[in-house]
Amino acid sequence: MTKWDHDGPILEIDKLSISFFTRMREIPAVMDFSVIVEPGEAVGLVGESGCGKSTVALGVMQDLGVNGRVVGGSIKFKGRDLASMGEEDLRDLRGNEIAMIYQEPMASLNPAMRIGQQLTEVPMIHEDVSEAEAMKLALQLVEDVRLPDPQRILRSYPHQLSGGQQQRIVIAMALMSKPSLLILDEPTTALDVTVEAGIVDLVKDLGKKYGTSMLFISHNLGLVLETCDRICVMYSGEAVERGSIKDVFDKMRHPYTQALFRSIPLPGADKNARPLVAIPGNFPLPHERPPGCNFGPRCDYFEAGRCDAQDIKMTDVPGDDRHESRCLKFQEIDWAAPVQGAATSQSTPPGDVVLRMENLKKYYEVAANALFSSHKKVVKANETLSFEARESETLAIVGESGCGKSTFAKVLMGLETATDGKILLDNREIQDTPIQARDTKTVSDIQMVFQNPFDTLNPSMTVGRQIMRALEIFGVGKSEAERQQRTLELLDLVKLPREFAGRMPRQLSGGQKQRVGIARAFAGGARIVVADEPVSALDVSVQAAVTDLLLEIQRENKTTLLFIAHDLSIVRYLSDRVMVMYLGHVVELGSTDQVFSPPYHPYTEALLSAVPIADTRVKKKRIVLEGDIPSAMDPPPGCPFQTRCRWKDRVPGNKCETEVPPMVTLAEGHSVKCHLSAEAFEEMQPVIEIAAE
Amino acid sequence: MAFFILRRLGVMLLTALCMTFVVFLLTNLPPNLEKLAKTQAGSRITDTEVTSWLERNGYAAPILLRYGEWLGVWPADLVTDAEGTPIGGRCLRGRSGITSADEVPRYCGVIQGDWGYSTKYRVGVAEIIGERLARTGILMFWAFATMVPLALIIGVLAGMREGSGLDRSLSTFSIASTSTPEYVSGVIFVVVFASSMVGLKWFNGSAKSAVDGVTFENFTLPVATIALYGMGYIARMTRASMAEVMTAQYIRTARLKGVKFSTIVLRHALRNALIAPFTVIMLQFPWLLTGVVIVEALFVYPGFGNALVEGAQNNDIDLLLAVSVVAVVVVLVTQLISDIGYAFLNPRIRVS
Repeated sequence: MTKWDHDGPILEIDKLSISFFTRMREIPAVMDFSVIVEPGEAVGLVGESGCGKSTVALGVMQDLGVNGRVVGGSIKFKGRDLASMGEEDLRDLRGNEIAMIYQEPMASLNPAMRIGQQLTEVPMIHEDVSEAEAMKLALQLVEDVRLPDPQRILRSYPHQLSGGQQQRIVIAMALMSKPSLLILDEPTTALDVTVEAGIVDLVKDLGKKYGTSMLFISHNLGLVLETCDRICVMYSGEAVERGSIKDVFDKMRHPYTQALFRSIPLPGADKNARPLVAIPGNFPLPHERPPGCNFGPRCDYFEAGRCDAQDIKMTDVPGDDRHESRCLKFQEIDWAAPVQGAATSQSTPPGDVVLRMENLKKYYEVAANALFSSHKKVVKANETLSFEARESETLAIVGESGCGKSTFAKVLMGLETATDGKILLDNREIQDTPIQARDTKTVSDIQMVFQNPFDTLNPSMTVGRQIMRALEIFGVGKSEAERQQRTLELLDLVKLPREFAGRMPRQLSGGQKQRVGIARAFAGGARIVVADEPVSALDVSVQAAVTDLLLEIQRENKTTLLFIAHDLSIVRYLSDRVMVMYLGHVVELGSTDQVFSPPYHPYTEALLSAVPIADTRVKKKRIVLEGDIPSAMDPPPGCPFQTRCRWKDRVPGNKCETEVPPMVTLAEGHSVKCHLSAEAFEEMQPVIEIAAE
Repeated sequence: MAFFILRRLGVMLLTALCMTFVVFLLTNLPPNLEKLAKTQAGSRITDTEVTSWLERNGYAAPILLRYGEWLGVWPADLVTDAEGTPIGGRCLRGRSGITSADEVPRYCGVIQGDWGYSTKYRVGVAEIIGERLARTGILMFWAFATMVPLALIIGVLAGMREGSGLDRSLSTFSIASTSTPEYVSGVIFVVVFASSMVGLKWFNGSAKSAVDGVTFENFTLPVATIALYGMGYIARMTRASMAEVMTAQYIRTARLKGVKFSTIVLRHALRNALIAPFTVIMLQFPWLLTGVVIVEALFVYPGFGNALVEGAQNNDIDLLLAVSVVAVVVVLVTQLISDIGYAFLNPRIRVS
């Protein structure tokens, strides 16, 4: 079918309302939502989970399932109302005029079909071309998305590619028939930051090359800043603010947008001097929305009798280009006023060394072939890990998936025993004692807060019971009543109402579950807490609250916090020292300031440049790493990072390829595993610069 | 791959060994042997006569040795009279006109290809098994040829639009068919289609004539009885798997690529949906073996199931052993095929 010619906007959504119908009731998912996407424009759709942004995308695709229905408003694509189109016309449109890129690349590719088949299908359906021709096009697009060895890729199955490669294939698939509109639904959420940076670059370039308009759905404000021209902020099914990136980021006119920006760690935020401000309260459930302004109950500027009296319409912000806000009071609020109510605190000086790692190694033996077990391969998950952690200090461990940070946590917890080296807890060696053999004291001393609060609580036990279990195991309290009392105190500690003791995990929100997880970790008076990405599964507005809670408990209990993360913004905000890991090696270790400013390890440099920052003043150097992270089963010889390092040519000879670099001390407490000379380190420029206001 | 198959064959051999030993042990319990002696030599013989009959016919050796004889790894005892003429022993069963011990082979077990002698039918076991297996094979083939395609079609049609009217009616049919045992459905079929009193008289109620040639008339009812029972089960599995696949994200991807619904079902969903039921289909093979016992009895078809029943009723040791070996082989071979086929359907677990 031929593409339509159309002069006006590509996509016009006008007062769209979408509801899902269940046996119980109608659940409005999107209400009164309007957005316009002009040709070649990229519009970002931002909001927390459950705000209806994905529903809008599926609405545009007219694929709402059996229960979903458009109950009001219209979606016009190139001037034609999608609601009036039949199944046949819609099929012509999907994949041809509007294409979509999804959150989880692995799940959105058919596991039983070769990549080539899945790619060629698109032009074969829509343009009626022969298979050979389609194959040629597929080959060209696989090259366009910068994948190596396209012939081989086309012949492989999805599971044979890495996550980043899969997402590139999904992008290639979406571009196969040169659509006019591309919908990207959280396209990089499941990927590592450096991979994400590559994908973002690719999407931007391809958008320019093919002149495609984009609807970019994300919860990450930094990512939207990097990719989009305009932005639409959604809250609880409604658009609350709409405008150009510059207007919304610098002159926001809706309290929710403001609260959102205050709750994410931007450069300059500091856990003691300028702490994050969490949005109070919880996201309302779709059927429990308050009257009037949905954000009202959580808003600092709420005025009873006015904000909850009527439905609120979008109003233009005078003086700006197409900048609108859904707030009655936006012209009365003093937007330049400094943050209120954020309690600053004193930083606690670190105490004695509690935990020391000396040349810790963890190797796994895996059979290379499940049948011929004679040939064993060794995965070096951790290589000569050495560091020490002091009392009431926060040490962040940063690295991408596969860098060995989780293995290290397992060895420390005693779930695995070390291959070599030492772990000293108060000068006692514990590296060879598995958790079953550790005494109660050691177990309760080292505790963990897990990444995914949804899976780590037993779904069939009440919250109180689970904390009680931990207390029993740690031998806290002499009687049941005493433990009961302690459970309630722990709930107070994590700022949950005491009646939550009787609740089931499913009745709790993600943030509340994570609080329970924290309470459980601190049940036995833990001195070292390993927090494995404790907030990455949570929504932005909840992240700040949970982070602050963790820091507060740490301050009171002088806990040593080992904070495992891949999000450098939050690391910069809360940690005292940072350890950067790559392929099992510690490549850089130093205080937060030392790590975040030059001289860097080349990998840290790339990592820093990859993190999207939601601040228009920030200027970043783009360093995109080529290729994928090498497999730990087959690491490159010499320096682990040499395959992707942009500084490699500055090292004379082939030292990088042959020798593992030594840990070089650059400054007091700052060491780097790199062959670069002192002069080369001198030359390094900062990656992130904040323009003067 | 070759190694994989080889290892599976080894496991198969070991399983067959254990299995046959258990059967051997149970069929050779002293009361069984006594019964055997009485059926063979007359029911009124005295206990001493029983003992001497057993000794004469090579049933007196320790059980392990006799198992070794059956396997063919231990030389079988040969009982001779005063002149040296063989009068009894394992290797002599089923042979006549032998005058000297030299004519009798020393070993006569499974390894030598001698499956023993059926005391019930008075012929070599190999002969019976071969013939019966061929007959049941034909029955199974037709049963599978109708059951599997129909079940898959029903499952896919029901699962592709979960909760639709089509899904509900097909699911009802599958549940009804799988919850009706063969001895119920078989009887109903006979009454409805074959009874000379009230029935439609479309088909023949007995499959005895099928021995001389399979016709639509004499074979439809037994095939339908077997197929119907297994069909519902496979259809239910296929439906569940299909319904799950249809909600997968890659199906949404295909839909939003503009792929037609029929193409989505056939190209994108079918292969993924077949991965789970494939194992179930393969498990049906050994299941059918038991079902076949009832159906063959009901429709008077002298097949494998019939041999099993006769062997058990008459304590026909060698026949029972051979039947159990066949059963073990059928189970393990289908499992091997199922594993290989599974790897073929699911590219993620290919054996390298």
